[in-house]
Amino acid sequence: MIQTNVNDLTIQAATVNGSGSQTANLVLTRAIFHMGIPVAPKNVFPSNIEGLPTWYQLRITPEGHMARSDKVDVLIAFNVATWKEDLKTVRPGGVVIHEDAFSTADARTDVTYYPVPFAKLAKAKIQSDTLRKQLANMIYVGVVAGVLGIPWEALEHGVKRQFLAKPKAVQVNLDAIKVGFDYWQDNFSKQDHYHLEPMTGVVEGKVLVEGNQAAALGALMGGVTVVAWYPITPSSSLCEYVIAYADRFRENGDGEKKISVVQAEDELAAVGMAIGAGWAGARAMTSTSGPGISLMAEFSGLAYYAEVPVVIFDIQRIGPSTGLPTRTSQADLGFVYTLSHGDTKHLVLLPGSVEECYEFGRDAFDYSDRFQTPVFVLSDLDLGMNLWMTPAFKYPEKPFDRGKVLGKDDLEKLAGEWARYRDVDGDGVTYRTLPGTDHPAAGYFTRGSGHDESARYTEGADAYARNMDRLARKLETARHALPAPVIDEAGRKVGLIAFGSTHAAVVEARESIDVDYLRVRALPLSDDVVEFIARHEHVYVVEQNRDGQLFDLVRLALPPQLVDRVRSIRHYNGQPIPAAAIVEPLKQQEMIPA
Amino acid sequence: MSTTVNRVGLPRDAYKGAATTLCAGCGHNSITNHMIKALYELGVEPHLLAKMSGIGCSSKTPAYFVETAHGFNGVHGRMPALTTGAHLANRQLIMLGVSGDGDTASIGLGQFMHMIRRNVDCTYIIEDNGTYGLTKGQFSATADLGSVQKKGAVNTFQPIDPCAVALALGCSFVARSFSGDGKQVVPLLKAAIAHRGTAILDIISPCVTFNDHDGSTKSYSWVKDHEESIADVSFIPFFEEVQVDYEPGTVREVRLHDGSHIVLKKLGEDHDPTDRRAALRVIEDGRAEGHLVTGLLYVDTKMDDFVTTEHLPARPLKDLGEDDLRLSREDFAQFMSEFA
Repeated sequence: MIQTNVNDLTIQAATVNGSGSQTANLVLTRAIFHMGIPVAPKNVFPSNIEGLPTWYQLRITPEGHMARSDKVDVLIAFNVATWKEDLKTVRPGGVVIHEDAFSTADARTDVTYYPVPFAKLAKAKIQSDTLRKQLANMIYVGVVAGVLGIPWEALEHGVKRQFLAKPKAVQVNLDAIKVGFDYWQDNFSKQDHYHLEPMTGVVEGKVLVEGNQAAALGALMGGVTVVAWYPITPSSSLCEYVIAYADRFRENGDGEKKISVVQAEDELAAVGMAIGAGWAGARAMTSTSGPGISLMAEFSGLAYYAEVPVVIFDIQRIGPSTGLPTRTSQADLGFVYTLSHGDTKHLVLLPGSVEECYEFGRDAFDYSDRFQTPVFVLSDLDLGMNLWMTPAFKYPEKPFDRGKVLGKDDLEKLAGEWARYRDVDGDGVTYRTLPGTDHPAAGYFTRGSGHDESARYTEGADAYARNMDRLARKLETARHALPAPVIDEAGRKVGLIAFGSTHAAVVEARESIDVDYLRVRALPLSDDVVEFIARHEHVYVVEQNRDGQLFDLVRLALPPQLVDRVRSIRHYNGQPIPAAAIVEPLKQQEMIPA
Repeated sequence: MSTTVNRVGLPRDAYKGAATTLCAGCGHNSITNHMIKALYELGVEPHLLAKMSGIGCSSKTPAYFVETAHGFNGVHGRMPALTTGAHLANRQLIMLGVSGDGDTASIGLGQFMHMIRRNVDCTYIIEDNGTYGLTKGQFSATADLGSVQKKGAVNTFQPIDPCAVALALGCSFVARSFSGDGKQVVPLLKAAIAHRGTAILDIISPCVTFNDHDGSTKSYSWVKDHEESIADVSFIPFFEEVQVDYEPGTVREVRLHDGSHIVLKKLGEDHDPTDRRAALRVIEDGRAEGHLVTGLLYVDTKMDDFVTTEHLPARPLKDLGEDDLRLSREDFAQFMSEFA
């Protein structure tokens, strides 16, 4: 009955926030990854500095599935407050490593227990009073290593990699791991069927990167020089990575910095500074999340209407209002697309992997300069703050695209004959000059009020309508230039449409349901979406929000006869969508037996 | 017609803008003219000037001077953010922000204060009339306690004094003037533009339509009767020699970082413009006595401005290209390998 389970399990560590458990979890993750085994970590953390429960899920699959698992194979129970509930989540036949002091009076009988006196061990074996609490977590790393067969060499690598900047910490952490490892060796014999074995074929050439790290690197490679931000979870780490990377790569030997990162007084100022910098010719960005994006609405409309380049990262969390500040969602899509009053519409990039967080984080600056408009990069907490296995990023081969900017020489050639908002090329994209351009015809007046082709104030009806029509034309030009959908199609009857971090769950779901797949990567929607739907009997739009926001946008783009083909699958509890949340409703609706 | 030109070879007309759309007699129009005079006499190169503003009557005025310069009329109360960003992008620009009392003391109070905190190098003019003109005469936050609205309503709230707020925050240049006092406004404007850091210039500028009646403390007649200048101010730009002789002990001179001089000639009590606490006291005393104190209240020529604290290179950030900004191939490969 018991069958050996190799490299296919989900570990869940239930710990206390602020106790140092994240470091232990990352060491475990890196050690297993070092064995050549694919890992997919998800950190479920509270909006709290210290004391509330937190969970770390480490999913391990030989295929390299990246979506969240809804099953737990190995529970590390370290938090007495959630112990009873945590125990219920373990799959029958699973493993429970728990603090020996926790009551097992009414515990389940269908799991294997490895009770460990963590507190006593920490007290007896860890000499440093100040580090004891943190290092106690490392003891469970040692126990897990014993249970699953993680070689010592992999643990060493995990610790060294984790403490790259603090080599002094390596030995004390290894010592703590050894305490757990030895305790397991001395006190238990293997009772369960889970094993980890070194493997090859999937992780070679891959790295572990958070989406916010990737976006920060992308922004630097995209040439950002002005970053204005206001701290907010889950976007803060993006700007903090920019700061860290800029300290390393943007500083001259003499202390000069080729970037300015400003912690603004609020999100209004943050986006305002970025827009001011974009107007003056720098590549500028801000990064925020839910409440912050609401505050940026007015300025976003100004940048749209006055046609100022700026890149705005929205690392989505779940709302409305403060919502669950540390939980994920894709519910800003509709709001961001038309952010601000009036007929405002924006370019929105939708990265579906950390690699795309890097690429879109970089190319957003090109799109923004080229179309002289805000470009939103819509990531989310799951993508942004969790580590994802990814191929190493590619070095960009193309130079910056700074768009239609007239310099002094251009103006001389034109004998000063230009107008800021005149559509010379018929694509809706007009020519701009930067402040500081040494030519008497360079100056113009930028405003959020009504303006004519020469940027003069007007309340004229025709001039207003003409300008708005041109802006629509510009958006149409951009629509064809933005990243096209990725389509994987083989003439099946049913199709799936998804975007962003939902991608990981779709990839996995498609192993158990035979469907075609289109992944949207930008708004406004590509014509490919309509055509894809036209080729299928049913198309399911899968997304992580309550109201089916992409579903709505897709239906709006369709001719009436296609509207009924589209159906909606939604997941919105703050947890990253698992594959089962796609497979089950789809099978039900398509009447495929489970 | 005279063909007189300034030191950069431009006639005075080169500093004019579009025709004003404000009311005839508006104090803001006088300030616009003072601005034209100051910029012309300083020989500011129009292409290096960035005229920034928020929303309101005051914020329309950048369209009415130096038409060939770039201007940005943004959103209400957010001129400081746009100015900060634009200056970071191109530190060579001469940032000239025009705001009003609603723009500064109400909706934009936070940005006003934080810009001062950063000491962004810009001139920040508050065209202060104590009223919301474009929306037809509501009190603003700088209206004095007891000041009477045109229709008779009495202001029951304490005013926010932008100069006192600026001083409390340690602003590096704080001055107040009156739109009708060109002799004082022009040299203060020049000094503010020459100053490196945030220069706050609160100019009482009567609204002829909504706030120029008896009982208003922002009317022409009230200000004329109650203005008390703390010193005669003159400005000697770096490109002119200091030639005037004064009796010893009658003047104070402030040397700015670019070699310009502000010369302050004593009128009544001696005010030391480098003494911040004295400046606050002068404002408070004036208020207690029912006077409007004008002149250069405070200046700190030593404080680092924002681009200095940010360690920005001399070359504008906007001019940096791929070679300056991208990681090298070697650094990139090394960096990627660290994620393994």
